[in-house]
Amino acid sequence: MHTKTIAEIIEGLRNKQFSSEELTKAYLDRIKQHDKTLNSFITVDADVALKNARDADKKIADGNAESLTGIPIAQKDIFCTQGIKTTCGSKMLDNFIAPYNATTVQKFNDVGAVLAGKTNMDEFAMGSSNETSFYGAVKNPWDTNAVPGGSSGGSAASVAARLVPAATGTDTGGSIRQPAALCGITGLKPTYGRVSRYGMIAFASSLDQGGPMTQTAEDAAIMLNVMAGFDQRDSTSVNKPVPDYTSTLEDSVKGLKIGLPKEYFGEGLDPAVGDAVQVAIKEYEKMGATVQEISLPNTHFAVPTYYVIAPAECSSNLSRFDGVRFGHRCDNPKDLMDLYTRSRSEGFGEEVKRRIMIGAYALSAGYYDAYYLKAQKIRQLISNDFKQAFEKVDVIMGPTAPDVAFNIGERTEDPVTMYLSDIYTIAVNLAGLPGISIPAGFAKDRPVGLQIIGNYFEEARLLNVSHQYQKVTDWHRRVPKGFE
Amino acid sequence: MEWETVIGLEIHTQLRTKSKIFSGASTAYGAEPNTQACAVDLGLPGVLPVLNKEAVHMAVKFGVAVNAEITPRSIFARKNYFYPDLPKGYQISQFELPIVGKGELEITLADGSVKTIGITRAHLEEDAGKSLHEDFQGMTGIDLNRAGTPLLEIVSEPDMRSAEEAVAYMKKLHSLVQYIGICDGNMQEGSFRCDANVSVRPKGQKEFGTRAELKNINSFRFVERAINFEVERQIDVIESGGQVVQETRLYDADKDETRSMRSKEESHDYRYFPDPDLLPVEVTADDIERVRGELPELPDQKRDRFMADYELNMEEANILTSSRETGDYFETVIKASNSKPKICANWVMGELSGALNKSDMSISESPVSAEMLGGLIQRINDNTISGKIAKQVFEAMWNGEGDADAVIENKGLKQVTDTGAIEKIIDEILAANTAQVEQYRAGKEKMLGFFVGQVMKQSQGKANPAIVNNLLKEKLSS
Repeated sequence: MHTKTIAEIIEGLRNKQFSSEELTKAYLDRIKQHDKTLNSFITVDADVALKNARDADKKIADGNAESLTGIPIAQKDIFCTQGIKTTCGSKMLDNFIAPYNATTVQKFNDVGAVLAGKTNMDEFAMGSSNETSFYGAVKNPWDTNAVPGGSSGGSAASVAARLVPAATGTDTGGSIRQPAALCGITGLKPTYGRVSRYGMIAFASSLDQGGPMTQTAEDAAIMLNVMAGFDQRDSTSVNKPVPDYTSTLEDSVKGLKIGLPKEYFGEGLDPAVGDAVQVAIKEYEKMGATVQEISLPNTHFAVPTYYVIAPAECSSNLSRFDGVRFGHRCDNPKDLMDLYTRSRSEGFGEEVKRRIMIGAYALSAGYYDAYYLKAQKIRQLISNDFKQAFEKVDVIMGPTAPDVAFNIGERTEDPVTMYLSDIYTIAVNLAGLPGISIPAGFAKDRPVGLQIIGNYFEEARLLNVSHQYQKVTDWHRRVPKGFE
Repeated sequence: MEWETVIGLEIHTQLRTKSKIFSGASTAYGAEPNTQACAVDLGLPGVLPVLNKEAVHMAVKFGVAVNAEITPRSIFARKNYFYPDLPKGYQISQFELPIVGKGELEITLADGSVKTIGITRAHLEEDAGKSLHEDFQGMTGIDLNRAGTPLLEIVSEPDMRSAEEAVAYMKKLHSLVQYIGICDGNMQEGSFRCDANVSVRPKGQKEFGTRAELKNINSFRFVERAINFEVERQIDVIESGGQVVQETRLYDADKDETRSMRSKEESHDYRYFPDPDLLPVEVTADDIERVRGELPELPDQKRDRFMADYELNMEEANILTSSRETGDYFETVIKASNSKPKICANWVMGELSGALNKSDMSISESPVSAEMLGGLIQRINDNTISGKIAKQVFEAMWNGEGDADAVIENKGLKQVTDTGAIEKIIDEILAANTAQVEQYRAGKEKMLGFFVGQVMKQSQGKANPAIVNNLLKEKLSS
C-alpha cells in the first residue's frame, strides 16, 4: 500500500480498497518503524491523525469527500499548524504552538487531507543538507551515511522512504528541488507569488515559496491544485486564476523547445551527474522535443547575490525572535540586553547566527549600497538572462545539483562549498521563476535530479513535461533498499 | 552676539482609521492592555502585513491639502531596532520614497504677518506598543494595543525662527488634519505628537548650527517651553566657549528642562531596506483628483471667505476658522440669528469663548448650541432685550435654563419699549433729583448719563436705552 501515489490512493479510497484509517495507520506504522533511522519527522501526533482519518472515512461514507479527503500528507515544520508545535527546526521555537494555521495548512485541511506529521528541516530553512536542524540530521534513505539535502530534507526523505505519500516543502534557494534531487523524488518550486506565504515562517521573504514534494509529477499537480492561489493575507501572492494542473499532464511534448544553459554543464559539475542528465534529455529528444544550447551569462553571480539578499532579509525577519513574547527565553535575564543576547545566542544555531551577522552587515550604514543595492541590481540582470532565454526556448533543463548526495559531516566545516550545492537552483529563486526537479537516474548509486525551469506561471507546462518523462521512465517508482 | 534660532518639526499624527495599518485589529483607544493586538500586531512567526487602503487615502488627502507632490510609487521600508514594545524587531515605515513629497503650509503670526513653512515630506508608518514601567515591581509590562496604529509623520523644513513660529505651525497643522478628517487631534491620547529639531547660529550666518532633537513634546505649551529652554541652553554652551553636540534630548515638563538621551555616536543604525512583504503603493493622477474633490473647505480658504463675506478682519477670521467646528458654529449662529455677522463674531469670540475657556471646554462641548446663541442674538436685534440683559440670558442658557426665549420669559427680562411706562419712571426720577436737573439745565450736559443710569436701574435694566435717551433729552430741555 505504501508505494502508492496520491493519484492511486484517491482511486483506492474511492473504490473502497482500503479506508483512510487503514491507510493512515499503515503510514504511521512505517514512520514508527523507520524514522528512528531517518529522523525525518519532528512531530507526529498519531492519535490526532487517526481521529482525523476516521472522520475522513465518515465523510467518504456520507458522500461528502473533498479532493484529498483521508489522504495523509506531511507538512514541513515551517508551516504553522494550529494547536501543534511548529519549530522551524530551531531550539528557538521548541515550545512554540501557533494559534493559527498557515494558509497552505488550512487549504489541505479544507480538502480533507490528514496531517501525518511535521517534517524535519534545516534550522529556519538555512542549509543544504538538513544538518543544521536543532533536532538532528536527517538521513538519506538511499544511503544513511548521506545527507538528504536541505532545507526540506525531512520532507524529501520521508517521501523517498514512503513514510508518507507526499509532503510540502519550501524553497528559498533550492530547498525543495535540491533535496528532491538528492532523495530521488519530485519537487516543484512554483512561481514566486503562486502559493501563499502566510503562516510559513519567513527566511528570505522575497525568495521563499512553498511547493509540493511528491513521488510523481501527477501528484505534484494534484497537490499544487490545493496550494496555489491568491491569498488576501499575503500581499505578494498574485491574483491570477489557477488552472487545473492535472488537465494538461497528457499534452504531447512534441516540438517542445528545450534550452540547455552551457553554464550549467561546465566546471563544478560531477561528470556522472552530467551524464545522467544528458541521458534524460535524450529521452525528450526521442519524444520529439528539440534541444539547443543557450547562455545564462550571469549565472556565476547567482550564489554571491543570493548570499547578500537572503541573509539581509533573514537578519530582519528573525529579529522577532527576541525572547519577549514567544519562543526561547534565557533563564534569569539580568536586564534587557542580557535577555536579548542570551535568548538569541542560546536559541539560534551556528548557521543561523552566521547569516544574521552577514545580513546585518550588508544592510548597515555605509555598506548598503555596495552590498544590498548592488545585489538587487545583479538580481535584475539574472532575471533578464532568463527573460532572453525564454524568447528562444519553452523550458530550460539541467542538473538540479552539481553532485549527488554527499556524506553527513562532509561539508559542515566549509560553508562556501555547502553553498555551492545550490548553484543551479538559486538563480531561479532570484528571478522568481518556477522550477521542478524530477528523478533522472543514479550516479554512484545515489539519485540524480533533472531540473526543469519554466517561464512565469508556467507550472502546468513543467508538470506536463515532467509527467511525460515519467511515463517513459521508472526512476520515480524506485524505492530505496530497506524501504520497499 | 545676536543669535538666530532655527527650528524644524517632525509631527506624528495618528490617522483615524478603524483598523490598524497592516492588520484588521481595532485602533480604539483605552481598551484593556493587549486586547486589541492580533497575531500580525504581535509579530508571531509567519504572519504578514496587509496595507490598510484607508491609511493611504488619508495620507494622500493630507498631501493634496498642503499642495504637496504625491509619490506615484512609494515604498515601505523596515526600520530595524530591538525594543520590547516593537514586536517584529523592526518598524514598517517609509524611507527613501515617502508617499507625500514637498509641500507647504502658511502660518499667521501674532503681529499679523504671514509666513510659509516648507513641508519636506510625510510618510506612513506603524506605531509601536507601549512599555509600562510602573506597577510591575522591577519588571516592564508591554501593551501592544497601540502597535500597528497608522501614523503619518510630517516633517517640516528648518524654516521656523522662533518658538512662537513653531507653535503657530503646529497649531495650524493640528487644525488642518482635523479639518480634513484624518486625525482626531487628541493630544492627551497621543494622537498628535511632536519632536523638534533645534539649533542656533549667529545672526547672518548661512550655515546651520549643530542641532539637538527634542523628543516627545506633547502640548503646544510644552513645545514653546522646550524650545525656549533649549535655545537658552545652546547659547549658554556656545557663549561659555563650548560646542553644541548633535544629540537627542528629552523634554521634562515637570522640571521644565531638556536632558540628553543619546548622542549621535550612540544613535541606532536602523539598517533600512525595502520591506519585501509589501508591494509599492501606487497612487495615480486620477486617485489624486478624486481625493481633491473630496476635500472640505480648508482653513485658509475659509478664512479668506469669512473676510470677504462677513467683513471680518484677518485676526477675527483666523480665530473663527481655527477649527472646522468653530467656523461651522459661527456660520450657524449667523443663520439662526438672522443678524449681522460682526455682532455674531463678537459673541462667539467674546462671551462664548470666555465661558469655554473658563470651563476648559471645546466648542463642540458647549452647553450653549449655535442655534441657542443665534436665538439670543436675534432677541437683541429685534429689541426684545438689551445687550446687557443678553449677557444675563447667556449665563442662564449656559447653566442649562433653556433657550433665550424661555429664559427671557421665565425671568421677565423682556425690554420695556412702552413710552408711557418709561415716561412714568422718568418723571419720578426727575422729580426726586431736582438739584441735578438744575445742573443739567445750567449747561452740565454730562449729567444725562446720571439720569439714564437711574432710569435703567429703576427699570431693572429692561427699559430700551434708545427710548430712555430720547425721552430724557426731550423732558430735560422742555
